Amino acid sequence: MALQDKDRIFTNVYGFQPWNLKAAQARGDWDNTKALMERGQDAIIEEIKASGLRGRGGAGFPTGMKWSFMPKESKDGRPSFLVINADESEPGSCKDREIIRHDPHKLIEGALVAGYAMRARAAYIYIRGEYIREAETLFAAVQEAYDAGLIGKNACGSGYDFDVFVHRGAGAYICGEETAMIESLEGKKGQPRLKPPFPAGAGLYGCPTTVNNVESIAVAPTILRRGASWFSSFGRDNNKGTKLFQISGHVNRPCVVEEEMSIPFSELIEKHCGGIRGGRDNLLAVIPGGSSVPLVPASEIWDAPMDFDGLKAVGSGLGTAAVIVMDKSTDIVRAIARLSYFYKHESCGQCTPCREGTGWMWRVMERLRTGDADVSEIDMLHNVTKQVEGHTICALGDAAAWPIQGLIKHFRPEIERRIAENVRPELSEAAE
Amino acid sequence: MLSGGVHSLMADRHIEPDSPELRARWGNFEWTAANAEQAKVIVGRYPEGRQRSAVMPLLDLAQRQVGAEENTQGWLPIPVMEYVAKYLDMPVIRVVEVATFYTMYNIAPIGRFHVQVCGTTPCMLRGSDDIMAACKGKGLKKGHTTADGLFTLTEVECMGNCASAPMVQINDDNYEDLTAADMERILDELAAGKQPKTGTQLPGRHTVEPAGALSNLTAMVDANHDYRGEW
Repeated sequence: MALQDKDRIFTNVYGFQPWNLKAAQARGDWDNTKALMERGQDAIIEEIKASGLRGRGGAGFPTGMKWSFMPKESKDGRPSFLVINADESEPGSCKDREIIRHDPHKLIEGALVAGYAMRARAAYIYIRGEYIREAETLFAAVQEAYDAGLIGKNACGSGYDFDVFVHRGAGAYICGEETAMIESLEGKKGQPRLKPPFPAGAGLYGCPTTVNNVESIAVAPTILRRGASWFSSFGRDNNKGTKLFQISGHVNRPCVVEEEMSIPFSELIEKHCGGIRGGRDNLLAVIPGGSSVPLVPASEIWDAPMDFDGLKAVGSGLGTAAVIVMDKSTDIVRAIARLSYFYKHESCGQCTPCREGTGWMWRVMERLRTGDADVSEIDMLHNVTKQVEGHTICALGDAAAWPIQGLIKHFRPEIERRIAENVRPELSEAAE
Repeated sequence: MLSGGVHSLMADRHIEPDSPELRARWGNFEWTAANAEQAKVIVGRYPEGRQRSAVMPLLDLAQRQVGAEENTQGWLPIPVMEYVAKYLDMPVIRVVEVATFYTMYNIAPIGRFHVQVCGTTPCMLRGSDDIMAACKGKGLKKGHTTADGLFTLTEVECMGNCASAPMVQINDDNYEDLTAADMERILDELAAGKQPKTGTQLPGRHTVEPAGALSNLTAMVDANHDYRGEW
């Protein structure tokens, strides 16, 4: 059964109604938050664990478990921090933007209950620099919450002091990586740190830190209000809850929509997006979880459950649930080559395999796009992706490698066709 | 080489060289009264002794002040970076490092309107080539500022507006669900000193809902519906 409106968490996701505190409270936000906190820190973490919520930023790590890694008391006086990752920059992803500009109080209330549960002194919301108007809304919403006594000293009358700060990025995809984000918050270039130490031990300013995605934090208050069993009644085992899907590309009606996890791809597209442009038979391939995950050909995606396990089973991943749909008019090699350019542009330059490899892979992809290559270079490119993958500090190298691997796996005949049909003038001249 | 255009664009990101003229123009840069207040608020967001965290928001503030002074989107001359370094008591090179790492800091002069067309795959699939072509048809050139100083054109990476693609960000505003005709109209309106409608350009669409056939949350359209009674 499809998700009903009453079970949608982000009821103002389209911004038909105001984002402000008064309107948010009328929709149920900040409703006796003190009582949620009075359940106690461990009980909150247990409830989130029991709900089955997995991180909504891409990696899918169990959220409650992540919170439980934070120290229960500070033995050396160091405070703990919650950092909220609003650096939404993965191509295809556009859900946190809607939460921030249309339902910011869900995020701020979530920051308080999550921060309280993990015994943090403050939350820093790191919002990507390009979300300029969205940041203006967020700053204003945070101020509303301070003015109403919901955050700050004695937040919500709970006796707990908790600050929420907004920090704007300035254009760097890599800052979505949690340790790069911490570096950036400290006023440096956003280059990932080696782990360990993990942020829960030494993160922001050397203090225990948890980094969570906007959506993971913003759903927490509703889960606490409605109960873990309500949230876990949606989706298959290991893939629980509701989720904001973002469908872009060649559908009749691209949109952002909250649906239940595990909804079949076909239902998601037919119900909310008006189907594939030109009909089902016109579907070529789908990138189901943002640009970092491998594409899935039409025949394999149609019935796939849109969740962590369902997309893993077709050789891809849920990622951020950013669904990029490509119909048969797509130049599929160019579509992936453009992603290779993206990763080349966004590589922070710290690790050699990524710094050199992303540029190298993009240049070969450009030649494959036009067919100006030798067939043996397809395997060579695949081999290079394997040398980049797993050999860098962070996952950007992997993310650059996977789309290319997916392309070669599913569209090798198309690449070979271009090479075969390409007439290279310099070679024909040489032959004469 | 095939990719020559892109390479030359990347190479275009260089720091405007230091010069006596630059010193003469910006050597006495200091916060306006309003920005001096704002700078204090910004530094106050970070713990004691961690004021260096404020370098990013302060560079943004400085860039905007430069922009206001010369009626452009704003940029960061070297003397202005030095001012921010001194303000935060940090080495100049650490500020330069940040200014050059993050693409939203303009490190060379820029036009009145910074036209940033997203060219990443989700926008490409929805026709960003046409948007770029429309800009070129209006005399804009990637990586360059028009002779009248009005428009600087840049192709940017994914801006997170994928469900309302293609899109362009011009200074602080986004224009989404663009057609080539929309793009031309927006440039014309800006050139004429008007403020075009921001957000989606698709008639009848509000934000990122399924356009023309709302599939969910219909009760929210006309009223701030409280669903709790149905739980």
